[in-house]
Parts: sequence; C-alpha cells; structure tokens
Amino acid sequence: MGMVDLNTVDLSAIKLTLKLASLTTCLLLIIGTPIAWWLARTRSRLKGMVGAVVALPLVLPPTVLGFYLLVVMGPQGPIGHLTQALGLGLLPFTFPGLLLASVLYTMPFVVQPVQNAFEAIGERPMEAAATLRAGPWDTFFTVVVPLARPGFLTAAVLGFAHTVGEFGIVLMIGGNIPGKTRVVSVQIYDHVEAMEYTEAHWLAGGMVAFAFLVLFALYTFNNSANRT
Amino acid sequence: MIRLLLVSLYLLGTSAVAFAGEVQVAVAANFTVPMQKIAADFEKDTGHKAVVSAGATGKFYAQIQSGAPFEVLLSADDTTPAKLEQEGMTVPGSRFTYAIGKLVLWSAKPVFVDDKGKVLKEGKFSHLALANPKTAPYGAAAIEVLKNLGLLDTLSPKFVQGENIAQTQQFVATGNAELGFVALSQVQKDGQLTGGSAWFVPEKLYKPIRQDAVILAKGKGNAAATALMEYLNGDKAKAIIKSFGYTL
Repeated sequence: MGMVDLNTVDLSAIKLTLKLASLTTCLLLIIGTPIAWWLARTRSRLKGMVGAVVALPLVLPPTVLGFYLLVVMGPQGPIGHLTQALGLGLLPFTFPGLLLASVLYTMPFVVQPVQNAFEAIGERPMEAAATLRAGPWDTFFTVVVPLARPGFLTAAVLGFAHTVGEFGIVLMIGGNIPGKTRVVSVQIYDHVEAMEYTEAHWLAGGMVAFAFLVLFALYTFNNSANRT
Repeated sequence: MIRLLLVSLYLLGTSAVAFAGEVQVAVAANFTVPMQKIAADFEKDTGHKAVVSAGATGKFYAQIQSGAPFEVLLSADDTTPAKLEQEGMTVPGSRFTYAIGKLVLWSAKPVFVDDKGKVLKEGKFSHLALANPKTAPYGAAAIEVLKNLGLLDTLSPKFVQGENIAQTQQFVATGNAELGFVALSQVQKDGQLTGGSAWFVPEKLYKPIRQDAVILAKGKGNAAATALMEYLNGDKAKAIIKSFGYTL
C-alpha cells in the first residue's frame, strides 16, 4: 500500500466533486441572495410559502427529490420537454443535471444563513445610508453585504460541504458515469459494494477529515467574529 | 371417529400456527417481482412468512459477510452462493439452481430495439443502461455480450450504470436511457413483453446466468427457511418462475 493509493478513477471522482460543489455554491450565492433578501424584508403573505418551499429539501428524503427529478427531467416531463426543445437533450446522467439537482437540494443551506444575517441587520443601517443619499444598490453592496459577511461565509461553507456530502440524489439521477456523474460519495459506495475496503477507506477517511476541517474552521471563525 | 378427526384437525391447526415462522430472504433484484408472487403463495400455503429484501447480489455478499441477518439468499448467479458455501457461511447441501436468467436489450419505446440487436452497432442513442458489472451478474453478462460483439470500447462512453438491475430498468422505463440491458423477468409477464421493444440476446453471447438459492448460516434450524427452499423447488413456484421468462 503506497502513500497514494488513489487510482485515476478516484482522482477523477474527487475533481468532479470539487467542481460540482464550487459551481453549486457560486450559483446558489447568486440565486439565493435575492431570495434571502426578499424573505428577510418582505411583509407579503407569500413569505411563509416561499420559505417553506426553500426549506423542503431539509426534511424530504433525497429519494423523493431524486424520483421527481428523474420523472420531471425525463422525456415525458416538463423540464425534459423544455431541454429537448432547446436542443440540450435530457438532463439525467449529465453534469448539468447533477448541478440543477444540487442547487435545489442545497438551497436551504445557503438561503437560510444569508436570510438570518439580513434580518439581524435591521432597518437602522439602511435608514442611515438613505439619509446619506445612497441608492439601493449602493446601500446593498457597501452596507448590507459587509454587515452580513459572516452569514455569507456560513452559507458558502455549508453549501459547498453539503454538496460534497450529497449521495442519494446523485445515485438516482447520475447513472454512475466516471468523470461526469460519479462523485466521491458514489465512488465510496461502489468500493464498499465491491468489497474494496482499502480504496473505500482512503476516500471515506478523506471525507471525514475534510468535513471536520471545514466545520472546525467555520465554528472557530464565527466565534472570533462574534467576539469582535 | 368424527371426534378423533376433529381433535386431529384442531391439533393440525394449532401446530401450523405454532410452527408458522418467518424467514428473512435476500433476493437478487431481477427476481423481486416473481418472489413477491411466490412469497404470497408460500404464506397462503404454509403459514410461513418470507420477508423479502431486494438488491444487488454483490451487495448482499458483502452484507452477509458483515453479519447481515439474512437466512436465505436467492442470488443472481451461482458463484456467490458457492463462494459463501466455501467460506462456511451457508447450510451445506442446501444450494440449488432455482432459475436460469435471460438477458434482454430493452427499450421502453416500441420499434426502437430490433430483434437482431443491430441498434447497438448503429449506435443512434445517447445512453445505454446496464447494471454495475462489479456487483450485478446481469451487468457482467451485458459486458460479456458487448465484448463478444466487439462493441465494448465504442459503447462504453454511453454507459449509465444502475446500482442494481431494478434501477437499470427504471432508467430505461422512464426514458432517460433510450435502451438498456435488463433481465427478461423484468419486462415479461405471462410469456409476453409488457411494453416497448426488445432483443432477446442469443445465449451463445454470454454464459448462462444460473441463479442459485442457498440457506445461509443464520437460517440454520429455521423451519421456515427449509420450507421456502422446498417451496421454490415445487411445481407451483416453478410455474411462476417460468412465466417470467426464466428457464429451469
């Protein structure tokens, strides 16, 4: 057993996982921030409903989302019709399909911390900025974003880590294609099923270390940020 | 005389209840549907209950090695039960072939798969589904077929792998993969294709999929396990098995 026991298939699974997690996190920060802003500020009666929809993946088993995605993105489903009409083919078994699933599944992990941070800011900094004649965009980027920075950090870290930890949905819509949809969690499952325990240990141990380091760094940072 | 009959009937009734047991069965995914039917009849006829878990044979092998509580294994191959027997994890002498499986290339679309399998050479599809060849015997048989046709390298970029043969069929049934290698038992009922189009892969292209059943060490002394094995070998079960396209 050498120092590096990871074969090329394992390495490609790791690369793919990191790519999926980074893209999911970026997309979610872009999509999730306006949703979080709206949820934090609105007095609309729709707030409860939108909040509930965003939080659904927290309580639903991945199999529910996986099953519906397979149907909805399939040739008879509405998303399947749309992607075929656009000449994109079908999304299951593709990287974009996994990305879409990850964005939906990880949404609450990004939206909720940002929403909490926005709510914690309150009205006063915004009013102060308005009296200084700052426009809404200016206020948002120079006042709100810096104040909500710990929320964004938590959102990004949790979004990334949660995507890395995804398994059930990927298993259901991924089709286990090396380099495209075979992420680390699926690769570990494959190793374990085939009784390749040594290979499984390398990847699984790496996942434990990764998850611990990420959460440790996050909690340490947030503690020191709270103290200042 | 009548009293004696009544008493013995009564005793028979209570003894059936007293001996009605339960058996935990691990079933290869391709045999799930036939097994549900057999288990229902088995319970009706013997009073014993078969509790069925379906999955990939390779997975069951790993789980049995780690002490899973299964008492009977209905494998999708003959090597896994033989290996377990060698490792002393079965009841010796309980192993037998309960079905010989057939591989089909199947599509949910009518007239997509021709009866010669030419569709594979033409390659006008984006996804070909098969079960994970590492853990599912039907997946390994699919690889063997493609190797014998000389198409393995050209088609492997189009593979999508199901975790077991049931998931593979689901990929094809939902149309997400245009076609795939599945077990005949999954797409045939009462001698008829349940839908779509299929190529019945000629048997010279792959080794016969002999599916063996065995009583596992955990099932030793469980009357329900022995009864199930006898039942599987009986005419009623055999008729069900054949109706799903297996040979015996």
